[in-house]
Amino acid sequence: MSKLSLIIKREYLAKVKNKSFVIMTFLSPILMVSMVALVVYLAMLNGSDKKVVTVLNESNFFTNDFSTIPTASVVQFYNLTLEEAKDSTQRLDYYGLIHIPSGNSMEEVAKQTYFFSKESPSDGFLDDLEDVFQNRLKQKRLESLGVTEQEYGDVNKNFSINTSTFFGKENLKGLNEMNAIVGGGFGYLIMMFIIIYGSFVMRSVIEEKTSRVIEVIISSVKPFQLMMGKIIGTSLAGVTQFVIWIVSASILFTIVFLVFDLDFSAIQNSGNLPQTQAMKMASSGMNNSMQQYADMFLQIPWLTLLSCFLIYFILGYLIYSSIYAAIGAAVDNETDTQQFMLPVISPLMLAIYVGFISVFSNPHGPVAVGFSLFPLTSPIVMLMRLSSGVGEGGVPVWQLVLSIFLLIVTFLAIVWLAAKIYRIGILMYGKKPSYKDLYRWLRY
Amino acid sequence: MNTILAAKDVSKKFGTYMALNNVTLEIPKNCIYGLLGPNGAGKTTLIRIINQITFPDTGTVFFDGKPLKPEHIATIGYLPEERGLYKSMKVGEQALYLAQLKGLSKTEATERLKYWFDRLDISGWWNKKVQELSKGMAQKIQFVVTVLHQPKLLIFDEPFSGFDPINANIIKDEILQLKEEGASIIFSTHRMESVEELCEYIALIHQSEKILDGKLSDIKKEYKNNIFNVGLEVSEKNEIVKKLGETHKIWLSSYDEVDKQLDFRIQLPSNDTGALLSYLSEKGKVNHFVETIPSANDIFIETVNRKTNS
Repeated sequence: MSKLSLIIKREYLAKVKNKSFVIMTFLSPILMVSMVALVVYLAMLNGSDKKVVTVLNESNFFTNDFSTIPTASVVQFYNLTLEEAKDSTQRLDYYGLIHIPSGNSMEEVAKQTYFFSKESPSDGFLDDLEDVFQNRLKQKRLESLGVTEQEYGDVNKNFSINTSTFFGKENLKGLNEMNAIVGGGFGYLIMMFIIIYGSFVMRSVIEEKTSRVIEVIISSVKPFQLMMGKIIGTSLAGVTQFVIWIVSASILFTIVFLVFDLDFSAIQNSGNLPQTQAMKMASSGMNNSMQQYADMFLQIPWLTLLSCFLIYFILGYLIYSSIYAAIGAAVDNETDTQQFMLPVISPLMLAIYVGFISVFSNPHGPVAVGFSLFPLTSPIVMLMRLSSGVGEGGVPVWQLVLSIFLLIVTFLAIVWLAAKIYRIGILMYGKKPSYKDLYRWLRY
Repeated sequence: MNTILAAKDVSKKFGTYMALNNVTLEIPKNCIYGLLGPNGAGKTTLIRIINQITFPDTGTVFFDGKPLKPEHIATIGYLPEERGLYKSMKVGEQALYLAQLKGLSKTEATERLKYWFDRLDISGWWNKKVQELSKGMAQKIQFVVTVLHQPKLLIFDEPFSGFDPINANIIKDEILQLKEEGASIIFSTHRMESVEELCEYIALIHQSEKILDGKLSDIKKEYKNNIFNVGLEVSEKNEIVKKLGETHKIWLSSYDEVDKQLDFRIQLPSNDTGALLSYLSEKGKVNHFVETIPSANDIFIETVNRKTNS
């Protein structure tokens, strides 16, 4: 077995056998699934909590309109005075009383209607209640204007402009955003992986320094071999963890949601969106474009995206984890790493922010192009852009090639520099190095 | 070829700091070679150059007559002064890993480890984690790992630090045994009594330069300054002391009134002792007449001081 593969094997096993790593690997999906399940469960609980309200209707405008309120059930009072109704409601310990006085017109009645309750009423319920009135008022107003509901609906119909590329490919509005979200997901994954496993590499280097095993090792292998073995071993452990997370989390989700019969849509329902006539019309229109969006989702060039993800992921991770390894080699303990961490993290953060702000609105604008070429941000930003494809209507081929070329050049340069710092740093003890020291080490 | 390792005009600079300045050394085969020097003199840099951890700016190192190459690593065993093991790894696993990095196959390494663990009586530790071991125990493991691949050249940097006297003795015997079996050994230390006991050759490095090297016995001969310890049985001491004091440098140590024994130290201008001996024999009975040999410690201190002052 070659020395490099021996080192990779050791680093991998050391990481995978580590107790806290094992615990994190198996606990995280359980924690995540139980958190989500709890949220869904609580939302369902909340949604099923129906309030009972009483209605004293002295007008002749409303009949059983209130029974449509999803968050409350209704008890009608007849032939009671307002005071009696209030008393009874309190005594029955109901949520509140809707009082609709008598009047000549709907407008007048609505203005004088009150909702009495012990505590200030929940927003969700009030919205529902207001919608009932709003709908009836709208009907009356339309009637008085002599307009039918159908006509009103037609007036209100949304307009959306047809879009197309010059090459006749039909575009959908908002597709940029959807593509960016898909690409952003990949970009975010890369960032998380770099931050988590990059610092694993760093800690492992520091451990070798503090345990003084380093000089024993590098009298047998080249520092560069050790560094690369460490980076590769740790990332394989990281990939293992990621795969376990994804597989076990999806299995757990399925089990939990089947066994406990939780309904994901409870989260949306708990918002209690008022289902008005107009809304229903709008949503039927939306279904149509949803279908189109789903089609477009399938049209995202997954193969290109995934293969580019792999390229950018591997190169980006190698660049950053070599920097992490060099930092680990330069210092004696983890607290001393702080001063070097900011310059490492900031391009990643910048990439995410730039990605979500400017790639969303203009995926092929100058800012997006710039950051997708700059090697320290390109793994994240380019992936966000790539979901719109390569070539026609997507990322120009020359940009993709240039970006990958720059990334490879940077990768070689950074690994070379990091290896130099690493080689010197691992044998330096007791001194907290400054940037000036690091620069000097590069020239040894 | 009688030298296992030769350094020729080796220099190494770290920035503006000269760590080694034109150092030339020859280390004979099958001997124990003491590499001495105060802290920060450049010993570790030289050792790291031999191990190809760092590389000289100028000069060449020859291993067994050929310029030092990466493949020589497998024939060198190095026990650094700053040494340690992976704390959370098991002893056996770790020893296997380190042995495999030196190029041994797994089965071969296992076999030899079993032998050494039995020999040093540490077989029970195989499945222990390093963090459960005491410092001395971990040092033993490190010693085993250093010698396991049967290197031609062994480099021990302060090998006895962290050992109690009993275990230090065991390790010392092992080092002597390895020499018997044909290994050449570079031995870097501050403990002069072990230099005296073990080394046939020494080199003294001070302020990045080699200031002294050669066979320890030759160096001692060179450094002795004709001082003799004399024990003389005589009834009247004052006359003799006065007479000798006129022509020689003399240090009176004691006079025993009962046994009439006079003990003193005297420095002669040359190694010719005939005149003095015959004079002393005339005056009384010479009980002892011994030349004082400087210890390695004396030589070390004297050379370093002389160099620093000049």
